[in-house]
Formats: sequence, C-alpha cells, structure tokens
Amino acid sequence: MTLSWSPKTLAEAREALIQGATKVAGSTDLLVVDHATGSVRDSVLNVLGIEELQGIRVEADQLSIGASSTFTRIRESAEVAKHAPLLKDAARTIGAAQIQNRATIGGNIANASPAGDSLPALLALGALIVVSGPRERRIVPYNAFHTAYRKTVLGPDELIERILIPLPAPAVQVFRKVGTREAQAISKVVVAFASDRLDHRILANVRLAMGSVAAVPVRLHEVEILIEDNPLTPELAARAAALVAKSITPIDDVRSTAEYRRHVAGQVVRRLLLDLLAAPPA
Amino acid sequence: MDHLNAVGRSVLRPDGLAKVTGRALYLDDLPENGCWHGTTVRSPHPSALIVSIDASGVSDPDVKVLVAKDVGPRNSVHLIHDDWPVLADGRVNHVGEPVALVVAPALARAQAAAKAIKVAYEAQSPVLDLEAALKGDPRTGGRLNVLAKCDVGRGDVEAGFAAADVILEGEYSTGHQEHVYIEPHGVIASPTIGNDGTFAGVDVVGSLQCPYYVHKALTYLFDLGDEAIRVRQSVTGGGFGGKEDYPDMIAAHASLLARACGKPVKIVYERQEDIIATTKRHPSLVRHRTGVKRDGTLVAMDVEVLLDGGAYITLSPVVLSRSVLHAAGAYSCPNVRIHGRVLATNTPPNGAFRGFGAPQSLFAVERQMDEVARTLGLDPFEVRIRNAYREGDVTPTGQVLKESVSAVAVLERAKTATRFTERFAENEAARGARKDDGKPLRGIGLSVFWHGSGFTGNGERRMMSKGAVRLRADLKIEVLASSTDFGQGTEGIFRQIVADACGVGLDDVVVHTPDTAAVPDSGPTVASRTVMVVGGLLSRAGAKLAEMLRTFAAQQAGMAPASVVLRNGFFETERGRTPFADVAKRYVTLHGPLDATATFEPTPGSTFDEATYQGDAYAAYGWGADVVEVEVDPDTFVTKLTRLTTVSDVGHVVHPVMCAGQVEGGTLQALGWGYLEEMKMKDGRFLNDRMQTYLIPTMADTPDMETILLENPTAHGPFGAKGVGELPMDGGAPALLQAIENATGYSLSRLPATPERIFEASRRQKSS
Repeated sequence: MTLSWSPKTLAEAREALIQGATKVAGSTDLLVVDHATGSVRDSVLNVLGIEELQGIRVEADQLSIGASSTFTRIRESAEVAKHAPLLKDAARTIGAAQIQNRATIGGNIANASPAGDSLPALLALGALIVVSGPRERRIVPYNAFHTAYRKTVLGPDELIERILIPLPAPAVQVFRKVGTREAQAISKVVVAFASDRLDHRILANVRLAMGSVAAVPVRLHEVEILIEDNPLTPELAARAAALVAKSITPIDDVRSTAEYRRHVAGQVVRRLLLDLLAAPPA
Repeated sequence: MDHLNAVGRSVLRPDGLAKVTGRALYLDDLPENGCWHGTTVRSPHPSALIVSIDASGVSDPDVKVLVAKDVGPRNSVHLIHDDWPVLADGRVNHVGEPVALVVAPALARAQAAAKAIKVAYEAQSPVLDLEAALKGDPRTGGRLNVLAKCDVGRGDVEAGFAAADVILEGEYSTGHQEHVYIEPHGVIASPTIGNDGTFAGVDVVGSLQCPYYVHKALTYLFDLGDEAIRVRQSVTGGGFGGKEDYPDMIAAHASLLARACGKPVKIVYERQEDIIATTKRHPSLVRHRTGVKRDGTLVAMDVEVLLDGGAYITLSPVVLSRSVLHAAGAYSCPNVRIHGRVLATNTPPNGAFRGFGAPQSLFAVERQMDEVARTLGLDPFEVRIRNAYREGDVTPTGQVLKESVSAVAVLERAKTATRFTERFAENEAARGARKDDGKPLRGIGLSVFWHGSGFTGNGERRMMSKGAVRLRADLKIEVLASSTDFGQGTEGIFRQIVADACGVGLDDVVVHTPDTAAVPDSGPTVASRTVMVVGGLLSRAGAKLAEMLRTFAAQQAGMAPASVVLRNGFFETERGRTPFADVAKRYVTLHGPLDATATFEPTPGSTFDEATYQGDAYAAYGWGADVVEVEVDPDTFVTKLTRLTTVSDVGHVVHPVMCAGQVEGGTLQALGWGYLEEMKMKDGRFLNDRMQTYLIPTMADTPDMETILLENPTAHGPFGAKGVGELPMDGGAPALLQAIENATGYSLSRLPATPERIFEASRRQKSS
C-alpha cells in the first residue's frame, strides 16, 4: 500500500516531508518512469494543494512563481509574458497541451533532467529557488541547484516552494529549442540567452544557458564574458560559436550525437547574436 | 458507367461513428468474462544458448508456466518455412524472443510469476546488422547466412554497359521502421473442450489482418482439423502490415496458455513490449550500377538488393521478391539484372510493412536516377520522363505492360501542378547566391514509382480466394469475405462494390465481420489486393446473385429474364418497377437465403514462371509521382516539410475521400521513414522502444497536401479499380532526399535523412 498525503499548507506537509515521501505534482515524469520500471512508491506527498506553492505574482523587485504552477498557467500569465518572455517561450515547447496542463515548473526543476526545457530559461533569468523543509526555508541561487546528473541540493525532506526571478528582468531574452520534430519532442539542444543592451553593439549582464549539452543544465560563463567584453560583430558571433563548442560536454544518445549538438549549440548562439546585430534596439 | 450509384462516391463509412464516439470495442475493451491473463518471458540476449529455465521460484499455485517442451512437436509459427519457434528451444536468436509463457487469473499475478522465473543463458557473439552479416554468421560456420534469394533479369547487361556513354555506381541504405499502429497487438483465446473433457480447439478473437493465416498457424500448431479452430477479428486499430505475421505468434501463445489452464486467455502487449518483440520493416542495402546514354536513356541496370531479415525467415522470401521486382523502378531498360538476398541477423524478425520491400528498392533506384541526372546535367524530371514506362514496354520479368500504364501521366501532372522544373532550377540558383542570413533553404524533389496490385506471380492463382454474398432472411445482402478492416475502410468499400454489382442501395448491403467459421477464405488483407482482387470476387458474386434474383423475378412475372433489370434497388421491366425488397422477400419466403460465391480466376493468357522469374509479375500496377517541398534550417539542418503534391493512378476510385486518405497517410508514413523515424540499436536491443523516443510525424509536422487522383482503369479490378494501400509508401523518401539536396547541395543516400546525417554530409563536403 502506498501512503499518501495531500496537505493544504506547508505546515500540514511537515510529517510527510520528515518521512521522506516522494513529492509529486503533475506526475508526468514519475508515472512514465515508474510504469517502465514497475516501481511502486511507499509514500507520496501530493504538493498540488499546498497554498504556499501556488500563484504567479510580482512582489516588489521580483517575479514570484509558485512551484506548482503548471506550464499552461505560465504560458498564459500576463506577468510572465511581461517580465520573462524567455520562460513563456520555453513553457510553450514542453510536451503537448495535455502535459502542459499537468506538468509544473517545480516538477521540471526537481526532476532535474538535463533536457528540461524550462531549466536553461531559469538559469538565464538568474532565478532563485525557495526551498522549504520541515524546519527551515532557504533560498538557493538556481545556478547552484543542480550538482550532478539528476542530482540537486534538495534534501529528501525538502520541497521547492517558489521560483523567484529578480526584476527588472533583462531587456534581451531569447529562447531556442532544437528538437526532433515540430511538437512533443524532447530537445536535442536548448539555448536560453538574456542580457541588457547598452547600445546597438554592446551587451551587458549576459547570461547564456543551455540544456541537453552536459550532465546538468549549464551556464556558459566564458562565452558570456567574451560577449560582454567585445562589441557585437559577425566575427564575435563566430568566435562565440567556437567557444560554445569548446565549453560544452554533450553526449551521443537516443536523440542525437555529441558532434551534432556541439556544432548546433554554437550555430544557434552565433545566429542569435547576428540577429541582435541585424535588429538595433528601438 | 452510368449504373454506378455507390462506387465513386464518398459515402459515409459504416464504422466511422462508433469509432469517433469511442463506442467501438477494440480487443482490450471486450468483456473479459473470467478470462485469465498471459504474459511472456523474453530473451535479453541477441544470441545465446538457453542453459536452464527455473520456475521453482513461482509460488502462486494457480499460475501455469510453459516452455518449449510444452508446446508439442510442432513448435513453429507456420508461415512460409517452419523455422520461427513459438517458444525458443535451446537457444535464442534475438532480444525479445519468447522463452516462456505465464498465465494467471490476474495480470499482476502473471507478471509477478514471470519475474520469478530464472533463465540462465550462455551468451554468444551476435550478428547485428547487414554490414556484420556480410562478413559471415557464426551460426552458419562463418558463411553468409542467406534466408532467401531472388534473381531477375532480361537482356544482356554486359553488352548494355559496353554501349553506355556513362556508367554510374551508387549504394543506398535504409533502416528499420516500426509500424506504430495505434492499437498494440492483442488477442483472446478461448479453449473448446471435447466430449471427453479434453482440449478440442480454440476460438480466437484478435486485432489482426489475416484471420485465415492465424487459422492455418493454429491448426498446424495443435495438429487439429479446420473445424477445431475459429478465428475472428476484433475492431482493429491499424496494421500497416504489422498484423499480417505477428498475430500468428501471439495467438499461438494465448491458445497454448488456454489449453494449459482451460480458461479463456487474454494477452495484450504494452507499447514497449510491442516495439521490442514484433516485426519491423527490413533494413536494406541496395547497390546500383547503371549504364546511360548522354541524353539520359537507360541502357543497363545491375542491381543488388540486400535485406536484413532478422532472426527468422518469416515473410522474407516474398518481401524480397517484391523488392526485387520493383528494384528497376518505373523505368524501361533493355538490359537489367537484379540480384536479391535476405541475410539473417540476431535482431527481431523483420516482416510485412506497407510496401513490402518495394519502398527500399524504389528509394535506391530513385536516388540513383538523381545521380544520373546530376552527372549528366539533366533535371530530375527530364531523366525520369525519358525512361518512364509507356504502354507496350517490357518489365525485367518480360511482362508486356498492356494497359493502365500511367508513369508518364503522373510525372507530367506532378510537374505542371508544382512548376517543378522552374522551381528546382530557382532553388539551385539560390543556393549558389546564398547569404548568411539564417533564412531557411528551400528545396523541391520529385519521384516516380509503381506498385504491383495483388500477390506476386502465381500467388493469387495458388490461393484461389473466394468471396461470397448472401441474401439473408432479413432481406439484407451480406458480404462474406475474410478481408479485414483495420482502419483503411474495407467494410465501406465492399458495401459500395456489392451494392453496385447487385444494383441495390447501400443500405441493402451489410458486411460480415471476418470469422473463419462464417466467411470463405478470400486471402489475407495485404498486398494492395483487397479492392482489386477481393473486390473483384465480390463484384462477380454480387452480379451472380443479382442474376439469380432477376431470373426469379422474371419467372414470377412470366417474362424472359433478359427483360428484367435490377437497378437502383428496383427490378425494372417495360411494365414498371418493383422494389428489390419485394422480390427478395418472395424469394426467401419460398426458397430461404440465397448464396452466390466467386472464386479467383486468373487472367487468360497470363503466365508466370517461378523458376526463371519471367512472366506477368502482377495483373496491374498503380503509378505515382510525389513532389516534396522542404525548408532546411542552415544552422541546425532541421528539415521542415512545407508542401506535398502527390499524383496517383490507382484506377477507378471507389471512394475518393478514403482513397485520398490512404495516399496522404501513406505518404506521410513514407516521409517519416525518410527524415525522422530511426530505430537505434545497442547490443541488439532497440533503444527507442517507446513513443517518446521513436518519433513519427505529428500534425504539426504534416505539410500542406495536394492530392491528385488520376483514374486510368484496369480490366483486372472491379469497375476498373487497382490497389492503393501500399503505393503511397513508395515515393516520399526519395523525393524528400532530392528536395534536401536541392536545398543544401548535400546528397544523402541513407535513410532517415536526420539533421545529424545532413550535418555529417556537410562535414564530408567541406573536407573533400
């Protein structure tokens, strides 16, 4: 028998967290894995009813997204569209409409797949993760959240409460997904780019993140510095592409090859820089 | 044909409403009535000896476990050769091969018991693909392990090459393709118990294409008479050939378990098990050597076709035969030699899949024709139209194409519908002048192809299929045939054909569900034969029935039979008209139900010699031309299908909407095989054994389609109809690769043309 909890508040979730229950939200990843492996969970904690994990709102200098927000909610949110179009674009490419109706952003983060489409967007937006346990609440910068393939800093008795995106958000936000087909495909390469734009050729606070190119979603700091330190030119775009290819560690898997990913990741960055160059700020 | 009221019209399909409202009962929806559940223990190794099977860990007292020795002396799926074991005996030859069967009153109990069975293997070194198979097979002492051979030729190939201005060589390959029918395999087998209380036979209901194949396999397996086995088709969610061969296996499993436990037994595969265990399209390697004149005229073709048969022979000999017979394409060439072989590998047996070997060899010849065009500086249309079959031309088997030849017509129409020549040239020019602006690269590609309707050579003659119609007591005319509807619309088409053959309304005709206890053997539902061959039988049977009723009506009226006509649901004479039902009622009241049967009759004068492979390979051919338009992203090499124009001649069209549906769905399946669908394998195990990883085109990937049906009737089908089921699978992939080449300048010879392969081609081109 599986023990299950469906608390309404974090306080009510305390017991389940202490017992180390499996936290579930939309279960869109969990059900597939458990069905394939024949696993049965001893105890599950359904987080969907917990008040503190709900809602998308602007609070002073941050956009605060409840961990149980579904991707449908995120793609339909006016606040997300205004401040974090990058995240909206990512949400639109996840699974099918049915998946977007069930799957949550907290689940996408906790599932910790290197191919999770929303994850590079959160890295590029400089997100902070509010983590709650039975005793304390802590805030973890998202770029320190994933520690190794499918490993995170989240303790067995902790859950993701909210995602905070500092405001004002970057003026330039670009999302690119290279998938296998037009819809319902897990990505081969995901690129999320955010920066401020000082003038036509000068970018500042560059954050470049990628998925499916390493064991965890990654920021490409060396490439960011290169772009910040140099005016935007076709040559810079080419240099950035070459540096991207050197900075990532993709693998051959069922979806693609390491060589292709290395090449395409660079080309996508090159193209988005050339597109910025071709479109001066208004 | 002014007497046609139903044929040629897009009438409502009889099965449609139940399917779209969810009321149709597929196998897994049927009442279980206390049935037990079966599951299968499968090999994790591609090649291994079975050292031991230990079921002592199974503690559930109700569970029954079967291994090879429990099958009996006839442990094989009775298809063409009896080499495919129902349960592996002593060794396994592919991952997923059935090793033991388990049955229990509940599925979870069967699954738990299956987990408790310990099988010890001694792994051997496997042969996993054609490349390895060509180096020899340890199972045959290091020699080639040839499962089937087929050679065809005419003329003098060496003299042809001597007379050629240019000789070109090419090598083309294709991979596995999974059917992805919506409904996975499923069957329920109920045992019948004899008067002495022992097992006397089974009644099987299943998701399947060929009830009489299953019937034959089970009568063989149990060594029982025809009456002991009954096979019925449940509403079937797709087949594409995948339910031609494998239902024999799963029905054998369920029936053996039913015999063991004395209860009805249900086996339904989950998607993953279905992908791991069941048959796929044969991977291929085709080599061409082609001699041409400077103007592009073909003078010699030397073709080698190699197919990967997987672990057992299954249907490979006939797949190879069709592959070889289509390998020279829709082109006339005086000197042709085609050499075909199927090699064994340690992978699941490859079997029937829409097109049945022809898509592989047509892909190769179409890409080779592109090579000819490229080398001679001709455009792809030019080289095709120059060589395309005309009436009176002779095929590699020496068959004179006497009628219904449309290669030129479909090509011309495809060209004008798309402005092919101009647009191909525009794209070539644009490629040369391309800017680095990230805009997608446009390409257009063309193919032409043919597909023989019905069984190859003497296949139909050997089967001597039957079709029947019956005027029932309720005054309905019932169609009795074993042809199954698995989504393609058989039921509706048969009603149309029989309604017009009899001269009655559509509502007067009903179709009996395929059931070996109730319908004659009209052959399997395969090979694009249902409309042309079985429809022809039913049309003749219907005409016979109408004739008998007309004679009866004339007798009743005291008139000469010739003065009565049955038309539009009325018996018409010069005195007036009487409704069909009135005469029918009088008939059944006096004489009871009336049956009329037709048996296959070969075309007079048509011959095929199986020893030399010369003669009339097919009674009629469908013809097609595809134009595929693409946009390729210059950064990611991702191909987007933007437009598809198909021109098909499948003879007189029985149902325009469903015919177009066959063409559109089939071509999309061909395009999926062309650029997207790829079975990846590691150590003999399919890596993408789920729909999350084995990707087929979605609606979002589907291009705009223009579907043009030319109607060039044949004398060999009912009302001039030819087969449509497989033709659309033949031309999509080569046209797509030509379009990708037109867009990018990279010529690919291997399917699927994934972005990774286009990227590799770009690297090769850069470095050379």
